[in-house]
Amino acid sequence: MARMKFLCDAERCIECNGCVTACKNEHDVPWGVNRRRVVTLNDGVPGERSVSVACMHCTDAPCMAVCPVDCFYQTEEGVVLHDKDLCIGCGYCFYACPFGAPQFPQGGAFGMRGKMDKCTFCAGGPERDHSAEEHKKYGRNRLAEGKLPLCAEMCATKALLGGDAEAISNIYRERVLKRGKGADLIGWGTAYGKREAAKEGGKS
Amino acid sequence: MKTRIVLIAAAAVLGAGLAGCGDRDRAVVYKQGKYQGKEDTQPWSNAPFSGDKAKWEGALRARNQAQDESRRTGN
Repeated sequence: MARMKFLCDAERCIECNGCVTACKNEHDVPWGVNRRRVVTLNDGVPGERSVSVACMHCTDAPCMAVCPVDCFYQTEEGVVLHDKDLCIGCGYCFYACPFGAPQFPQGGAFGMRGKMDKCTFCAGGPERDHSAEEHKKYGRNRLAEGKLPLCAEMCATKALLGGDAEAISNIYRERVLKRGKGADLIGWGTAYGKREAAKEGGKS
Repeated sequence: MKTRIVLIAAAAVLGAGLAGCGDRDRAVVYKQGKYQGKEDTQPWSNAPFSGDKAKWEGALRARNQAQDESRRTGN
């Protein structure tokens, strides 16, 4: 098994936020903490694109490099996880992460920072697998059940792919070859009109 | 007496001069930290796989392919 990765197909993402909802529900993520979110570029403009973003489980993870208490570790499958018992909630990982993945629960009137929480690739954490303790701190351990992250598995348009990097990139590659690109893209004419029609419209 | 003072002064100057040679490099060398937390088990080590890595990999492979709708629909 190679490295576990996420891949979001911006041509397919319809900004339904199903992945966000699935993640929150599966792991009982507290209010204010978003392990996954959908970012839309050029919102409202024809040709807008949405991308589902969470921890990308970097091969050379900057969060791991900056953590002053060394609470991060990488599993054999390349999933970046952390020990919440060791985390001091300093927020260094948040500043280091280019995706804004680390999240901090805001408690109390003064906005005190709690222990960091982030996407675990549905792989739990350093507690006994399937234990109540693991679920409370890190959420459900789907990987130990032989399942992939729920956000990817339940994605309605299959825009979000998650799993073995080689397998998902093969799926994506085949898809791109089949559908074409730009104005030749399947569905482009339905959404934005045929290229010829657009040209004629421009002339008149 | 005079030569003794001169000798002591010379030794002091020499000592002060050599003290500069003992200056160490103050640039901090950062070392990559090592994980300090609790050890985690492998995802295949517990039920339902009970240590069977091949079975676990097979289950994940099937799930990986299930994400490819063209295989499921035959298109």
